[in-house]
Amino acid sequence: MELICPAGTPAALRTAVDAGADAAYCGFADATNARNFPGLNFSRRELAEGIAYAHRSDVKVLVAINTFPTAGAQALWHRAVDDAVAAGADALIIADVGLIDYAARTHPDQRLHLSVQAAASNPDAIGFYVRRFGVRRVVLPRVLTVSEIAAITRAIDCETEVFIFGGLCVMAEGRCSLSSHVTGQSPNMNGVCSPASHVTYREEGGTLVSRLGDFTINRFAKGEPAAYPTLCKGRFKTSLGSGYLFEDPVSLDAAAILPGLRAAGVTALKIEGRQRSRAYIEGVVRGFREQLDALDVGEKPPADRLATLTEGQSSTLGAYRKNWR
Amino acid sequence: MTTTTPMKLTLGPVLFNWEPDVWRDFYFRIADESAVDAVAVGEVVCSKRMPFFDDHFPAVLERLTAAGKEVLVSSLALVTLERERKRTAELAQAGEWLVEANDISCICHLAGRPHVVGPFVNVYNEGTAQWFAAQGARRICLPPELPLKSIAAIAAATPQAEIEVFAFGRAPLAISARCYHARLHKLAKDNCRFVCAADPDGLPVDTLDDERFLVVNGVQTLAHACTNLILDLDDLVQANVASLRLSPQHCDMVAVIRTFREVLDGKMPPERGFRELAAIYPDVPTTNDFLRARATTAKSPGLVSANTVRSL
Amino acid sequence: MPPVPTLPRLITRTLQPLPLGPLQLPLSLVLRSVVARHPHIFERLGEHAHKRFGLEPSDLPFSFVLAPHPETPSLVAVRSLPAGIPVRIAGPLLALLGLIDGSYDGDALFFSRDLVVEGDVEAVLALRNAIDDAGVDLVADTAALFGPLAPLSERLLAGALLRLKDVAGAAKHEGARTWN
Repeated sequence: MELICPAGTPAALRTAVDAGADAAYCGFADATNARNFPGLNFSRRELAEGIAYAHRSDVKVLVAINTFPTAGAQALWHRAVDDAVAAGADALIIADVGLIDYAARTHPDQRLHLSVQAAASNPDAIGFYVRRFGVRRVVLPRVLTVSEIAAITRAIDCETEVFIFGGLCVMAEGRCSLSSHVTGQSPNMNGVCSPASHVTYREEGGTLVSRLGDFTINRFAKGEPAAYPTLCKGRFKTSLGSGYLFEDPVSLDAAAILPGLRAAGVTALKIEGRQRSRAYIEGVVRGFREQLDALDVGEKPPADRLATLTEGQSSTLGAYRKNWR
Repeated sequence: MTTTTPMKLTLGPVLFNWEPDVWRDFYFRIADESAVDAVAVGEVVCSKRMPFFDDHFPAVLERLTAAGKEVLVSSLALVTLERERKRTAELAQAGEWLVEANDISCICHLAGRPHVVGPFVNVYNEGTAQWFAAQGARRICLPPELPLKSIAAIAAATPQAEIEVFAFGRAPLAISARCYHARLHKLAKDNCRFVCAADPDGLPVDTLDDERFLVVNGVQTLAHACTNLILDLDDLVQANVASLRLSPQHCDMVAVIRTFREVLDGKMPPERGFRELAAIYPDVPTTNDFLRARATTAKSPGLVSANTVRSL
Repeated sequence: MPPVPTLPRLITRTLQPLPLGPLQLPLSLVLRSVVARHPHIFERLGEHAHKRFGLEPSDLPFSFVLAPHPETPSLVAVRSLPAGIPVRIAGPLLALLGLIDGSYDGDALFFSRDLVVEGDVEAVLALRNAIDDAGVDLVADTAALFGPLAPLSERLLAGALLRLKDVAGAAKHEGARTWN
């Protein structure tokens, strides 16, 4: 199985390559990709240099152009596709039907991957993208169990890529307007979920209060592990009780089920975290490289040491376990 | 001189888990008493609820058709299970009704035949709208989060399809594999006992500061505030919007439809229409923030803290 | 990621009465060297380069104000952060240094509550990402100030930093005992 690693900056890309990635994924520094954060992402020149660096180590570079183009401003997204192809990207990761159509028509030889943001969660939807646009790989949404993934890989004519570590969308990806509702900035349109520009942290006598836009998302008691103020991992009140209604502030960690994912026919394993530092990339990529190498030779994998890097300092298998639902 | 076609009104599918008899009688009344042009019917949120409505489905469709309503049958939004996939394919392939597709796995069976693209399919720009129109989409209901500028650009570039906008009701914000109603009731999704039926208008979710915020509806999350574009109709007409979607809430929807119709026909001033709607669906603040590309703000205090637990 | 060591209270107390004046020149020189050796930092900072960042090592009796303006960058030591500073980043000195040299992940330090962030979070992210990409190496960047003596200075500085980490590591153990 291939190990697909995040690269928010050129330095992170070099770190991922050196730590044992099979491919790194990255995006341009604008709204065309779903990690449109301040100080992050690549210029055209940086992408070309990054691709050259990766290719010297036989590592692939996948370029995410995975937001939904703004009506009346599609040219920015078309240019991103053209420039990524020109830079020698090994694949483009796209979500929008119109943009995939553009890429397939304009660059028929370019390898295309379907972004998780397209939320193609069953063989019919995936087959549609394969037949109409020649998509070669689908990144599966984080709503499926391992046995459902196995059924999908059997039923489709393209490769599958699944998330194994990092931030965990609780909602079906690409179909969530929670951030948009509260901040006016959406993952689909602006490439940001719960953007930093709308986040405030306040210390209130040892209690950390996190707010997003006009709303309090969480309060962390003194010493309690903290989390990003993403809506789906906040504390709320209902008539049936209060607390983490949607999901605890946890990260996905599928290290324990790598053999199961391999048996399910998964082609590639994806690590989330283009917004994270080199230290994270180094730790997580190296950790999973060791796990995969051990798996390949049938050895017992080394112990998982990634807990300190996870949100809320705890992890979950998410939807891979059926009872998560 | 150009002639303008009057704005259509479309009743969206009931998103909440209503009692089957209530659900049936609701549609009978819509057929008999409302001035709505089109009605979308079908379970969009949770496939587990489908069997409850199956018995009433033929009668509802027949009654609506007999009343001269254009009938759309809506497909499920999130399709993961094999039985969901089968059912979606059957619905698309039956060819009996105009289908409103809410997932690509439905659209893929409809190519070349007239159909409607529902609000759960991502159409954010003219390129995508034109692509779907070329496949046979004759109407596209845009995702609720689209701002007016995007709506206008899509409608201008896609004259071959009717563009519909979410104009009344709690806007759907997210859908998940996880059921929050079951989770709140400490039940497994597979053994959920259909607890979502207890909240026919959604279960309110407040912030820690006791502000009304969201509502949950099984696997779906919606805004607490009610989208209401009755004061924005001029802009929507200007933007070449062809149809307004009114999404059923637990209130007198016949009156909601009548109010929109009268304002559209110039028989009622928009401000009075707005006041009427506030009386028809009281205690829920209204919003047009998505249309105006604004973040929403805390609009009303929560009711939970006033009479129940503060923490669990 | 290793746990974050804090400096022993003895060091903090010893430093308390010392004047900050003599710190200013070395700070300016180090900042100038970092900026000269990593000019791309400003591209990533964008508009945020015109903001002031308060850096508050929780185990030192003073703080720093960083103003990474492209033309006139400044780093100043202060007894306490001025009121109304748009950004406050607080944590153990070695955590702040580890953020700069890439040995710590900022998000992880935030999750574990070792790092406190207040104010303009977008500016904090931009600064963090710009520094992380630049590959700032405080030891090498400082040693570069010494021209031909750079290699020797680098060894001495690296040794000093290791010593600091040792002391802080020991302090962690100290803190674990309940003698006080």
